[in-house]
Amino acid sequence: MHRGKGMKFVGDSRVPGMEFRKPNVPKDYSEYPGKTEAFWPNFLLKEWMIGAVFLIGYLLLTVAHPSPLEGQADPTNTAYIPLPDWYFLFLYQLLKYEFASGPFNVVGAIIMPGLAFGALMLAPFLDRGPERRPSKRPLPTGFMLLAIASIIFLTWESVANHDWEAAEAQGQITEEVEIDTTDPGYEIYSASSCISCHGDNLEGQVGPTLVGTGLSPEEIAEIAVNGIEADGEQTMPPSFEVGVDGTEEDLQVLAEFISGLEAE
Amino acid sequence: MLNKLYDWVDERLDITPIWRDIADHEVPEHVNPAHHFSAFVYCFGGLTFFITVIQILSGMFLTMYYVPDIENAWQSVYYLQNEVAFGEIVRGMHHWGASLVVVMIFLHTLRVFFTGSYKKPRELNWVVGVMLFGVILGLSFTGYLLPWDMKALFATKVGIEIAASVPVIGETIKILLAGDSTILGAQTLTRFFAIHVFFLPAALLGLLAAHFIMIRRQGISGPL
Repeated sequence: MHRGKGMKFVGDSRVPGMEFRKPNVPKDYSEYPGKTEAFWPNFLLKEWMIGAVFLIGYLLLTVAHPSPLEGQADPTNTAYIPLPDWYFLFLYQLLKYEFASGPFNVVGAIIMPGLAFGALMLAPFLDRGPERRPSKRPLPTGFMLLAIASIIFLTWESVANHDWEAAEAQGQITEEVEIDTTDPGYEIYSASSCISCHGDNLEGQVGPTLVGTGLSPEEIAEIAVNGIEADGEQTMPPSFEVGVDGTEEDLQVLAEFISGLEAE
Repeated sequence: MLNKLYDWVDERLDITPIWRDIADHEVPEHVNPAHHFSAFVYCFGGLTFFITVIQILSGMFLTMYYVPDIENAWQSVYYLQNEVAFGEIVRGMHHWGASLVVVMIFLHTLRVFFTGSYKKPRELNWVVGVMLFGVILGLSFTGYLLPWDMKALFATKVGIEIAASVPVIGETIKILLAGDSTILGAQTLTRFFAIHVFFLPAALLGLLAAHFIMIRRQGISGPL
């Protein structure tokens, strides 16, 4: 039968007579019954509509979730817990298992992904039978389903085991503020134990940054004396004992100094 | 007027068969979602290409502001995100497009796999398709470093360590990517920029052309 059910084509680069030269190749689709239609312009218009619907969803996603940007890269930070983009999470998680890390790192990093990718690439040469239905070729179907299940499981494990709150805190853009080190408040700050956790410039180290806290002097004084307790856990120890670290007046000066620090 | 212009060129260069070859072919019922809704799975490849085009366009606009240098990279992205008109949208499209293209190419791969469409005579097109998947993942990996923020730097550190664990040639790959055997810094950023913006897109376009020419030569696979 004539290709394309008698539709007339000016240019047609398809290899002719494929079905005669290679008997196990499925017939040309124009030989099947059904409602074949021209690509140009009928089908392309429909495809365009699908594209438009897709584009709307895509733009809604873009507008609803601005792309993230963490603080500028600081190679000297040794506490940062790295995390790749979500589609590499399963590979990252694989490397955490005992059989795929440490001395066996090459297993998790190279051999397993390499075998999977190699098998994917060579699929047509490994699965050579004429059957196309998934149910008629159980081995390829089974291996692929196993691979998908593993990827989903590993991604899930990685997401479940990651400390998302810590990740958000460690990535925050820290505001750089010129700290007036001659301020009496700073002198009390640097003499007390505050400085060991919140850093020389109050930029935050173990504890968070103290710039732009948005707290009143009273609230800060309260935290400095009693620390922070959340969910029954002491997340910040009591740090300023009146009479030992300074007078009531010193505490007031310190609290006002910290409260007055605003991000630029 | 336009017709006359077209005829004038066509008379000299015979351009009609060139574009007709792309435009003129029949679409069989089994891949047409207008006839069988389940045939939407055959749209995944086209949508992957659609996002790829968006990625190329939005990427071109991003390079109008982006500076591939460790002093200014983050600053330029911050400026683009917060100051430039529609900069947030352009960067957002590139950011989300990177995720969507991975999703769509994965779904497209599964469709081709489960319909057995990679079988003879389409083996080579499958191999090219898997190479395209690799190039897309390479683009995702190199693009992740470019904003030069914390997560970018440390994720890349991990990635480069993985590349370095390849037996025998690992160290060479690491130096090729990072520009140094120990430091991950200024050289790495410019190299990743070059790979992300020049090398991999060139490979991508070449492979895409091969992918499409092969589809055209062989036609789409028949119904199951």
